[in-house]
Amino acid sequence: METKYISKEGLGRWFDAIVASEKRIYAPVKSRGQVDFKQVKSLSEVADEYIQTTQSIKAAVFPKAEILFSYEKVNGKVNLTDFDPNSVPETVLWKVHPCDAAGFRPLSAIFNWDSADKLHNAHLSRTTIVSYGCAIADESCFCTSVNGGPGNLNGSDLQLTMLPDGGAIAEIITARGETLASLCPDAFVADRGDDKSAHLVDLPARFSLEEVQSKLNKAFDSSVWKQQSERCLGCGACAFVCPTCACFDIQEDVHGSKGRRIRCWDACGFSLFTLHTSGHNPREHQSQRWRQRILHKFSYMPERLNVVGCTGCGRCSRACPVDMNILEHITSIAEQ
Amino acid sequence: MEKLRERAAALLADGTVSLVIGFEEGTKRPRPFFCRTSDQASKLIFDSRCFHNLAVYVTKKELVGKEPFAVTAPIATLRSILQLYVENQLKEEQMLILTADPAGELFELRSFDEISAYVANFELKRGEREEEILHKIEGMTREERWQFWLNEMSQCFKCYACRSACPLCYCTKCVVEVNRPQWIHPWPAPLANMEWHINRAMHMVGRCTACGACGEACPVGIPIDLITRKMMEDLAPEFGYIPGLPARQGNALSSWRLDDREQFIR
Repeated sequence: METKYISKEGLGRWFDAIVASEKRIYAPVKSRGQVDFKQVKSLSEVADEYIQTTQSIKAAVFPKAEILFSYEKVNGKVNLTDFDPNSVPETVLWKVHPCDAAGFRPLSAIFNWDSADKLHNAHLSRTTIVSYGCAIADESCFCTSVNGGPGNLNGSDLQLTMLPDGGAIAEIITARGETLASLCPDAFVADRGDDKSAHLVDLPARFSLEEVQSKLNKAFDSSVWKQQSERCLGCGACAFVCPTCACFDIQEDVHGSKGRRIRCWDACGFSLFTLHTSGHNPREHQSQRWRQRILHKFSYMPERLNVVGCTGCGRCSRACPVDMNILEHITSIAEQ
Repeated sequence: MEKLRERAAALLADGTVSLVIGFEEGTKRPRPFFCRTSDQASKLIFDSRCFHNLAVYVTKKELVGKEPFAVTAPIATLRSILQLYVENQLKEEQMLILTADPAGELFELRSFDEISAYVANFELKRGEREEEILHKIEGMTREERWQFWLNEMSQCFKCYACRSACPLCYCTKCVVEVNRPQWIHPWPAPLANMEWHINRAMHMVGRCTACGACGEACPVGIPIDLITRKMMEDLAPEFGYIPGLPARQGNALSSWRLDDREQFIR
């Protein structure tokens, strides 16, 4: 890893060089009263002064709906067209928060835990992540409680920490980050020795992860799930804005003798999610589905995949129509 | 508010009800609260910030069970409750309504007729937000309207928060989940989203009472409540209904009358 300084002017030149390299760039953009990742062509389109995008960046490596393969039956023969990894363009994810960058590891752990997921890996292998250290946070943010932080480097290829002069501390973390920086090498100059932590938000940890995990190990039959989930409406808002939720459904789009098989987002909060064809539903009640959501992130994933399934981005708490606040719920479990 | 707390505590204490569905202070604003003991009643709040439509919970069997319960209901919630009565989804003897008028006076309502008489005092009006967006949309051409909604709907990722927050979306199996035949493509994509939202709107027309819960719930900020609201505004006068005041005679599009003024229906 190497630390450099990039001036405001240098940042602009570097961004233009990335645009000129014909990479696809996704960055936070303000529109319709919300900030979300959209394809951009210039730095001026990128949003300033916001806490968090409504949705995470996960769609870049796990699209909402993606064609696994398509097929056509001609004269009794089936012609199959498989997903082509080369169809995925080189992509730069710009101004990703450290909590989103940290989400790539749990996401990939799920997509590769038994067999390697061709689609997800194709996206990820063509993606360069430029994160920005966070100078502001709100009451829903809790990255520092889940092994992260406003300047955490996990998952980032290059991280910028903005300075008052409009320039930034540039930490070049991976080879991919280095390749991206090399598109405009003279924009990156010697580190001035700026103190990174002075330009990041101070976010004290809100709970101890170890304590939560040890409590959760004994909480499967606890009444806490029913008590916490009573107001839950059973929608998928929390799962869909989450940077690590990876549940999907497989759907068939058939038109006569041809069709496509599509993978699309699904959510464990939906009652249909675990409904068997027999009519039996092993997670019949919302409390069981809420328990699954929490245990999956804070217990099953750490145990099986060695990674916490929550990055503390706080999106689920902000998106929930009925204030199912994950920080409040986890804190209360830790304190029980 | 103090009167409401006292009354709720008394109802729970003497066993008149075993549950009061109300509001408590949340992390940002008031949120739904299931009050089961008289001690908890001090947490109840009821003011203009309480926007959730608690009628969404009254049809959930696993929540309300068979015991009598009370629900604290602002006007928008009362309208939904009337509609649920019209659709035979509630039992008058199981539910007690606690509400307060703008002056803070507490009212207890126990039947369709009592609620109806109370709600009739309040005219359903567009708020500032509704007026602003609907005025803009009403000024558009058909093509502009289609583009506006196509752009809005393309943001939808089908989390179904709109459906979950709606008191009138009580079906145990939603049309979007029927797959034999598959009426609606279930994945999120601009046209597949439009299929869902048009279906939702069609299932709501003549039923929606414009509480706004669906639009409030949408995490990506689509003003979907305005579609069903506008349909209600257009439909109610045509069929002799008062907007937002469900009538015993049934839903406009699922009932018929011998004296209907249209020839085709007779």
